[in-house]
Amino acid sequence: MNPRSPQTGGPLLLGVRHHGPGSARAVRAALDEARPTAVLIEGPPEGDALLPLAADPQMRPPVALLAHAADDPGRAAFWPLAGFSPEWAAIRWAQARDVPVRFIDLPAAHSLAVKDDQEEQADSVRIDPLAVLAESAGYDDPERWWEDVVEHRDAVREDPLAAFEALGEAMGALREAYGCGGNPRDLVREAYMRQRMRAARREFGDTYAVVCGAWHVPALRAPATAAADKALLTGLPKIKVETTWVPWTHRRLARAGGYGAGITSPGWYAHLFTARDRPVERWLTKVAGLLREEDRQVSSAHVIEAVRLAQTLAAVRGRPVPGLTETLEAVRAVMCDGSDMPLALIQDRLVVGDVLGEVPDAAPVVPLQRDLTRRQRSLRLKAEAQDRELELDLRKDTDAAKSLLLHRLQLLGIDWGTPTASRGSTGTFRETWRLRWEPELSVRVAEAGIWGTTVLGAATARAEALAADAAELGEVTALAERCLLAGLAEALPAVLRALADRAALDTDVARLAKALPALARSLRYGDVRGTDAQALATVAAGLAERICVALPPACAAGLDADGAAELRGHVDAVHGAIALLADADEGLRERWAAVLRTLAGRDTVPGLIRGRAARLLLDDGRLPPEETARLMGLALSPAATPADAAGWIEGFAGGSAGGGTLLVHDERLLGLIDTWLVSVPAGAFVDVLPLLRRTFGAYEPGVKRALGELVRRPPAARQRGAGPGRAPEGFGPELNPVRADAVADVVRMLLAGAAGAAAA
Amino acid sequence: MSTPGTEHRAEALRPHAEDAFAHELKALAAADDRPRPTRWKLSPWAVATYLLGGTLDDGTVITPKYVGPRRIVEVAVTTLATDRALLLLGVPGTAKTWVSEHLAAAVSGDSTLLVQGTAGTPEEAIRYGWNYARLLAHGPSREALVPSPVMRAMADGMTARVEELTRIPADVQDTLITVLSEKTLPIPELGQEVQAVRGFNLIATANDRDRGVNELSSALRRRFNTVVLPLPATADAEVDIVARRVDQMGRALDLPAVPEGLEEIRRVVTVFRELRDGVTGDGRTKVKSPSGTLSTAEAISVVTGGLALAAHFGDGVLRPSDVAAGILGAVVRDPAADRVVWQEYLEAVVRERDGWKDFYRACREVTA
Repeated sequence: MNPRSPQTGGPLLLGVRHHGPGSARAVRAALDEARPTAVLIEGPPEGDALLPLAADPQMRPPVALLAHAADDPGRAAFWPLAGFSPEWAAIRWAQARDVPVRFIDLPAAHSLAVKDDQEEQADSVRIDPLAVLAESAGYDDPERWWEDVVEHRDAVREDPLAAFEALGEAMGALREAYGCGGNPRDLVREAYMRQRMRAARREFGDTYAVVCGAWHVPALRAPATAAADKALLTGLPKIKVETTWVPWTHRRLARAGGYGAGITSPGWYAHLFTARDRPVERWLTKVAGLLREEDRQVSSAHVIEAVRLAQTLAAVRGRPVPGLTETLEAVRAVMCDGSDMPLALIQDRLVVGDVLGEVPDAAPVVPLQRDLTRRQRSLRLKAEAQDRELELDLRKDTDAAKSLLLHRLQLLGIDWGTPTASRGSTGTFRETWRLRWEPELSVRVAEAGIWGTTVLGAATARAEALAADAAELGEVTALAERCLLAGLAEALPAVLRALADRAALDTDVARLAKALPALARSLRYGDVRGTDAQALATVAAGLAERICVALPPACAAGLDADGAAELRGHVDAVHGAIALLADADEGLRERWAAVLRTLAGRDTVPGLIRGRAARLLLDDGRLPPEETARLMGLALSPAATPADAAGWIEGFAGGSAGGGTLLVHDERLLGLIDTWLVSVPAGAFVDVLPLLRRTFGAYEPGVKRALGELVRRPPAARQRGAGPGRAPEGFGPELNPVRADAVADVVRMLLAGAAGAAAA
Repeated sequence: MSTPGTEHRAEALRPHAEDAFAHELKALAAADDRPRPTRWKLSPWAVATYLLGGTLDDGTVITPKYVGPRRIVEVAVTTLATDRALLLLGVPGTAKTWVSEHLAAAVSGDSTLLVQGTAGTPEEAIRYGWNYARLLAHGPSREALVPSPVMRAMADGMTARVEELTRIPADVQDTLITVLSEKTLPIPELGQEVQAVRGFNLIATANDRDRGVNELSSALRRRFNTVVLPLPATADAEVDIVARRVDQMGRALDLPAVPEGLEEIRRVVTVFRELRDGVTGDGRTKVKSPSGTLSTAEAISVVTGGLALAAHFGDGVLRPSDVAAGILGAVVRDPAADRVVWQEYLEAVVRERDGWKDFYRACREVTA
């Protein structure tokens, strides 16, 4: 049986594997051979008007034909086309020869009218017909099977139509066995295609060609009556649909779910389709080039050996030529020392690839722009070219919605609004934005169109992609924060998973410590905005636990002055973050206190950090004054080096506010410092002087003066004033009831006022 | 090989692969109709089948020698067929030596052309030495020369094996460069050379976990195709490997068969995997990893030791108490740090687990 079906004189039916480079080549050859007068392609007829754009020099695949409901851009369907897609090859073939091209699949007006969940379910049970054939032939990769049995057969090269004939027969057998393959909607689509073919016959006679999924070939050849098909097609729901071209990427082709085409190796397919000859040699040369860029030593000898290994491997496996699996295994054994790491790079950069398609400017507006315009209108936010400041009170619904929109746009790289520091109030429920609409932002919107059709959907998809690509823990925590700000609840699980993974793998406690404050802050925002942040709290608590475990060894590991200063900053930040987190987890606070105690008491920890830990414990009321004095005494004892002791003082009394006041009020501590300072040898004094100056120089003038006064008094007077139960200098020995009563009212008012504010 | 002591082969504690599986090799050779590279006893396909197992058309069952990804064996066999040398890398106990021995047995029918790499391996072990009595009596001649296994393999077109390549000092390692690139071994003392004939190839194994090893020079590394042998991917695969090897070793050591050991084997494998991976099998709880490698090979020796205990001192049934001491010995390598790790694991994971009470008690007993 010839595909042109001589007995019926029917059209040329070219059953293909979608996105198969082998199919694309074969389609091109078959069209060259048969020279049809028209080409019909499986795709939504609404796209017919857009077909001329495919010939535009600015059009560069991968692109996707996008159809969406006119009033609901979120309801959309994509038909991705890569350069190596047979459909694309057929379109370009026809356009180059001025042959008419038509799309003949069921109109998107009908398919989009059907509820989405039904659609998805239908897709999940759908079988891949070529995969079934390949599996019965003992192959795991359908494209490999196609290559092996179709493309590499000499007979195919001599008679391009024979391959389609054989495939059509095989599909006929499959359809007999599987019927509609678990997808009853296929029957409706095929009825529509037959209707369109009847129309084509009236117009062009029988000399047209049809390019469709191989699965449909038997059905399109079946002798169904026009009346029966019409009956199937009447009463289908219908909505108004708009279509356009959007740029696509190889990565999105590779994505299995959503709008991806499930093509795991688009880069390899593109290579197969474009390589003139010697595909394996050229491919391995490409791989070697990539590895060289990454500073791996790969010589031509490596490429030669890899080619040999790939070919022998293919021979051992009984395959006519090496495929992707063989070449990658050869690369691993010969060029990568058996390691998987560089292979992951090759997988990402070459097998999938970074290719981004382009669409001519003449293509209709993307639905994302439409969605944005709608939201701008409903929120009364005009896109104006001049600067405008916008104050938002997040407790109001419209303002919260505006904030969400602006944050989402930021995630998409559309920087219409930039957040600025709030004037006056510092409350977390306030946001200030500077708005400015630049003309190029429209281009950004068009570019962002590949992420989705609505602002929310696109921002979610982009956030998920960013989470997957993020290299550092800090990037992911920042992203989690932005997701919360933008209210992307659906993206959060993916981001948090990435966060947990990065945190588990990260061994640098500094990075962990840097990530925690942002998370704790995010939790607070979550509270204000009413987002469910439970998952975030779990991740944050996990991060805090890791820090608790890793911090003591990190602090003890021979730090220099700069390292110690950096870590001390982290200790401070983590302390603040844990105070925020601890509401949810009281045990965490205890564990952190234990860590601080370890730090304060361990000799190998630099003085700066020991002092800081002691101070934080003291401030939290976890370190009794006697113990504080003991620790300080130890740190300042003659055995300690002067530099370390000065560091301790800086950590304990420097930096944050209140250090000086502490010393003013606890003379015992001041006395210890004084005694130590006097005992510092002259030679070392010059070394510790900058440290001490940095510590004490930062105090407020009043505190400095008070300290000066205290130090000037003779030690004996000081001794009298120190210690609990005794009044310090300038205070009476007992409470003066009259004076105390006088201030009691003021204190009560202050406390009641604070309570009132908290209640409000 | 006509080495001394061959006559005791039947009683050997551990027979060579080509002897232990002679019937399988014979059946494969008979059934194998695919093209064989020069001097290969089997075709590459048959070698892969010998390692991975299968059933031949005549009904002979080939036992799997290597339980792991098929592609690894295919790449290894293919490498040998392309006259490139093969380097098997992996952490201890990933069956590097085992695979190398069986590859040599299947390809050349002889796995004994072996150089054991140590820090003291001299150049003579890779090139040739001299029979000094002869050398002094008759002067330098081929008769006075003592060939190394590598030299014999070159002359006969066989597969040579070098174990623990990275333990060999770097200058001695580099002796292999000429052998692998020029396929010749010069004997300057005699003005002669030994040229490798077709069929010669070399399998080296190396441990990529050990510290203080001698890294391969890039010149030498370039002569090898590298295959990394992974740890078993799943707990079931590992239990399977341990059970299979324990069974074989038990028979070799004449241990009485222990029927209900599978549960304990699974437990040992679970403990090893969890400590090695740093996370419990359900993926919920993180645990610290001890300093030891806790390889599959160690799991096998723990179970075998437990079997011997159960057979000779116990009631013939493998019980938690029989394996507890072995596990402790394998886990606690560093008396201070590892003991903490082990105790944490016992308290946090083992104590809570259903059906592990006896095991927990047995471990507490030996740990205290």
